[in-house]
Amino acid sequence: MTDAANPLRDALDRRLPRIAGPSGLVIFGVTGDLSRKKLMPAVYDLANRGLLPPGFSLVGFARRDWEHEDFAQVVHDSVKEHARTPFREEVWEQLSQGMRFVPGVFDDDEAFRTLKSTIEELDKSRGTGGNFAFYLSVPPKFFPTVVSQLKKHGLSEGGAGSWRRAVIEKPFGHDLPSAQQLNAVVHDVFNPDQVFRIDHYLGKETVQNILALRFANTMFEPLWNRSYVDHVQITMAEDIGIGGRAGYYDGIGSARDVIQNHLLQLLALTAMEEPASFGAKALLTEKLKVLNAVRLPRELGKHTVRGQYAAGWQGGEKVRGYLEEEGIDPKSKTDTYAAMRLEIDNRRWAGVPFYLRTGKRLGRRVTEIAVVFQRAPYSPFDATDTQELGQNALVIRVQPDEGITIRFGSKVPGTQMEIRDVTMDFAYGESFTESSPEAYERLLLDVLLGDANLFPRHQEVERSWEILDPVERYWDKHGKPEQYAAGTWGPEAADEMLARDGRSWRRP
Amino acid sequence: MNIDLTDTTSSQINTTLVQARRSIGSPAVGMVLTLVIVTDEGNHYDALKAASEASKQHPSRILVVIRRPGRSPRDRAMARLDAEVRVGSDSGTGETVLLRMHGELASHAYSVVLPLLLPDAPVVVWWPDDAPEHPSEDKLGTLAQRRITDASATEDPIGTLRLRGRTYAPGDTDLSWTRLTPWRSVLAAGLDQQSLKVRSATVEGESHNPSVELLALWLAERLRVHVERKVTEGPGITAVRMQTADGEICLDRADGALAELAVPGQPDRHVALHRRGTAELIAEELRRLDPDEAYESAVQYGTKEHGGAGGGSQGAKGTRARARSQSEEESAKQPAAAKKTARSATKKAAKK
Repeated sequence: MTDAANPLRDALDRRLPRIAGPSGLVIFGVTGDLSRKKLMPAVYDLANRGLLPPGFSLVGFARRDWEHEDFAQVVHDSVKEHARTPFREEVWEQLSQGMRFVPGVFDDDEAFRTLKSTIEELDKSRGTGGNFAFYLSVPPKFFPTVVSQLKKHGLSEGGAGSWRRAVIEKPFGHDLPSAQQLNAVVHDVFNPDQVFRIDHYLGKETVQNILALRFANTMFEPLWNRSYVDHVQITMAEDIGIGGRAGYYDGIGSARDVIQNHLLQLLALTAMEEPASFGAKALLTEKLKVLNAVRLPRELGKHTVRGQYAAGWQGGEKVRGYLEEEGIDPKSKTDTYAAMRLEIDNRRWAGVPFYLRTGKRLGRRVTEIAVVFQRAPYSPFDATDTQELGQNALVIRVQPDEGITIRFGSKVPGTQMEIRDVTMDFAYGESFTESSPEAYERLLLDVLLGDANLFPRHQEVERSWEILDPVERYWDKHGKPEQYAAGTWGPEAADEMLARDGRSWRRP
Repeated sequence: MNIDLTDTTSSQINTTLVQARRSIGSPAVGMVLTLVIVTDEGNHYDALKAASEASKQHPSRILVVIRRPGRSPRDRAMARLDAEVRVGSDSGTGETVLLRMHGELASHAYSVVLPLLLPDAPVVVWWPDDAPEHPSEDKLGTLAQRRITDASATEDPIGTLRLRGRTYAPGDTDLSWTRLTPWRSVLAAGLDQQSLKVRSATVEGESHNPSVELLALWLAERLRVHVERKVTEGPGITAVRMQTADGEICLDRADGALAELAVPGQPDRHVALHRRGTAELIAEELRRLDPDEAYESAVQYGTKEHGGAGGGSQGAKGTRARARSQSEEESAKQPAAAKKTARSATKKAAKK
């Protein structure tokens, strides 16, 4: 499989895309939303871009009384509706020949026997070579059943020279012990190297671009430390409420849902040292190192904030408050907004606070990382000249409108010396065309290629819980979430939290 | 926003670009390159359309050089530059300037283009139809990091391909090579699975198709075996067969869309291999701006081999060849007679 063995491959020939080797994908919970809206379209888009191996097969597993054709029809519909690349009959034909459906529930031995024979049949008829990834698009409470069934029926290990991989989605537990337990269950069956945890943020172009920005350039890295950076704000705001996810969301809350995984990953990428290479191992080493250096503030009450959205007007629409949502206990203490200050104890970042915030029903949907720089130590201009001048900032816009903004002072044209903030914007064309690959496309392809550097490893997941758990415990014991009107930028306590440090939140 | 400038200069065009941007209230987007398209009145419409499409992936300033040397001695003697500046929604994501160079100016395009290049950004020159013999020595070509030609749009595609091999310089590339990427990646994937020693190979496809020839050259260069060419009715490449000790690896695409891959010891499988449009090809070209060494080895392997053997394909010219190359993924070349009428038609279309 190496370049040397294949005379048609050449390191200099960079046009040839990375095509996954012979393989198939088995999706558990194939009738779910994620599967229909993201996974199936991503599979089609990959095929359409010619990145899937000939003979690639897709097996659905769910509790439906379907034939293979019914399943193919469902995939067909979801692809037509959600795929980002145009529908092409010949691509569809290539894919549909390898579609199989296995009906059954997770504790049904008969169904898993059928799954096994389906996989063996695909190896024969499609040449998948025994290589299969199992995508567990099911609630985590089913993980133990599914993985033990896979083990029991000898599905978790392929023959010699082939691989079996497990793909799991968040939540990876709800605290450290549960995460460890989950990891133990999965690792008992699959080798840790063969377990891929999907954090779809890491599949986004802009997030990968953080590393390019920092480590491929010279002009940013010298400033990327405590000598120049005043503080960092990482925001992930959503304008939607919890929608139909009441059952999942209540009791979990925004900190567990978002900060533990997405925001701490973004923090790690923003703050980590240069990895020795971009291999999965080197990246893990650096990410883990910086996560291990993360320290919570001593007074959690002063430096963490949580909130719940109350009824209000969101972008011209009247919306319900969290406690009035369907299926939510009116006394629920679940946070829909969370903000916290973290410090990183190392030479680069000592004394530079990282403010993380996330919430639902905020002003607008936006995810960004803002590195805010210190003010100039001395200004030769009069105080009145620079009155309007804020702090310089570099903002990485993760979504939407992906790009980078730099904010700095500039003279206002005129006879007077007046300096005001201006912004310089970069929006790479890739990000606003239909051709920009979806995060799931990239991640699915990486799973099939066995390329793990965009997936958080279990050590990172566990360490992230270690960071968050004390906060959750503190919140559990002290008070309850502050209400904030839907459509605003969160509770007042969050503004006070920054004001206490002499800072303020950016309006993203 | 469209602004017409008659009898103008590069500096006036630059001023107009800045004004146009200001008046629509948007600053320059992060344009990553300047794409210079060198063409004539009859072909610029399709080329520009493809480039605008590609500019969505690669925001760029597109300069279309339309040469109008004129027919009569009087026309040829005068020199005039007319420009059409397009900024905003109808020009993809960047800026587009159509430069009509009349008379003597047609052979001094360099002087017009140079001041209009984006500062410090890479330059790509694309000749959608006839390209100079030595693209890298062409005055416009010297400005560029990347020079894109298209052998399939010329009068004698195979001959042109050989010429490209002889005059290759780092940065040259040809769309007949770009068209091969999907084929090459499936073939490489076919050999990924088993390391089979290939003894000989055959490439089947329509005659006068430079991609067929180039694919054969690439296989010969990589595999170090003799590669036969077999002429079929097309469209494009129809099959590649590689003989190994265990049997034949065959990638067969009869209908120009869905191919069948047969590898010994494995079931036959279908692979979608549709023929891509020019916009997709250009977008792929703009993705990488470094010299393409794989193309270099393949196309130059060609010159050496052909220099001795006299060629494996026929390089005959004829109306039939012309009709074929026309069907090749775009109507790149129009018959000369139709050109005159097309000229006024496209001009009207462009003014819309």
